[in-house]
Amino acid sequence: MPLFQSIIVSAIAVLILWSSVPVFALSDAYKENIYNPGQLKPIDSTLKVKMGEPAPEFTLPSLSGEPVSLKQYRGKKNVVISFVPAAWTPVCSDQWPGYNITKGLFDEQDAVLLGITVDNLPTLYSWTRQMGNLWFPVLSDFWPHGATADQFGVLRGDGMAERALFVIDKAGILRYTKVGDINRRPALEELIQALEKANR
Amino acid sequence: MKNLWIMLSIIAYILVLPAFSAAEVAPPAEGGKLPDIRLPIPSDAGYRSYLSVKGEGTFSIPQIKASVIIIEIFSMYCPHCQKEAPSINDLYAKIQSSEKLKDKVKIVGIGVGNSPFEVEYFKKTYSVQFPLFPDGDFVVHKQLGEVRTPYFIGIKILKDGSHAIFYSKLGPIADNAGFLKVIQTQLNK
Repeated sequence: MPLFQSIIVSAIAVLILWSSVPVFALSDAYKENIYNPGQLKPIDSTLKVKMGEPAPEFTLPSLSGEPVSLKQYRGKKNVVISFVPAAWTPVCSDQWPGYNITKGLFDEQDAVLLGITVDNLPTLYSWTRQMGNLWFPVLSDFWPHGATADQFGVLRGDGMAERALFVIDKAGILRYTKVGDINRRPALEELIQALEKANR
Repeated sequence: MKNLWIMLSIIAYILVLPAFSAAEVAPPAEGGKLPDIRLPIPSDAGYRSYLSVKGEGTFSIPQIKASVIIIEIFSMYCPHCQKEAPSINDLYAKIQSSEKLKDKVKIVGIGVGNSPFEVEYFKKTYSVQFPLFPDGDFVVHKQLGEVRTPYFIGIKILKDGSHAIFYSKLGPIADNAGFLKVIQTQLNK
C-alpha cells in the first residue's frame, strides 16, 4: 500500500473508531464514580451451554443475605439470568436500572430476574445502592471466582463475566442464550420477545 | 519498509486524534442556540397537534409552535430520570392547566441511547403525556455535547423566528414553581 494511502486508511480507521463508541452510564446518579475500561474485546469466552438442554445448577450468595439457587424456581417461575461484567463500569451501570422499571414485563411472563456479576458482595452493595431499590436478586459469583459464569461458558480471560442473558423455563431448560458485545447494552425488546417465546 | 509504514501510521494517529478532540462538542450554552437537531414528525395525531407539526419526515425543535420550549434529555436506564419523571409530569400538568401557558410552553423529551420500544416503555410506566423521541444511536446526544442525564434545556422563540437558550442545566428541576417563574419571565420579555 502506498504511503499516502496507508496514512489515509489509518486516519479513517481512527475516525470510525472514535465516532462509533457509544456512551453509557450517563446518569447523574453515578456522578464521576464510573470507571471506564475503554473498548474491550467484544466476546472472550466460549459458551458451554445449549438451548434446549438443562441449565447448570448453581447456588450463590445474594445481597439479601440469603443464598439463591436456580432449582428453587423449578416448576414455579421462568428465570432470566443477566450476567454483567463488572460493577462500577459504564454499560453495566445502565443495564440493571433499566430492568428495574420493567418488573411488569417480567411479571407478565411469570419470570424472575437474577443479576449476577463476579464482584464480591460489599462491592455489589455499594454499586447497586446507586440504582435505587432493585426488585430482583443480585448474586455474587466472586468465590470460587466466576465458577457459575464458567459453568455457562461466559467467564472471560480477564476474569470478568460476559454481558450475557439466559432464559430458563420452569422445567429448567435453556430457552434463550445471548452473549452480546461487552461494550454494548443489549436491546430490551429482544429479551422480552425471547421471554414471550419461552412462555408459550 | 513495513516498519516505516507502521511508524508513519502511528504518527498519523497522533496527528489526527487531537483534531477530533478539538472538535468535541460542548453542551448547549445559555444565551446560545441549539444545534440543528432533527426529530421525526410523530405519527400520533395528539403529538402532531401538540407540537403543531405537519407532514412527513423531520422537524427541528424551534419549529414547534410555542414561545418557550423545554427539552428533557433522559434515558430509560437512568435512575435519576426515573425518579424525576413524576415531577416533570407535574410541571407538564401545571402548564397544561394554565390558560396563559398551555399554548405558549411545550415540552419534549429525548431518550438518549433508547430504542423506540424502550422510550415507549418509559412513557407507559410513568404515564408521560408530552412527546418523547428515541435517540437510539446517540446522534442527538452527540450534538448536545454528550451531556449527562437528566439534562434540561429551555429555549425562547424570538420574534424574528430565531431562538435563544435561556436554561441549560444538568440535574432535576428541583422546584417546579420556581421554574415556572423563570418561564414566565421569558414570556414577559
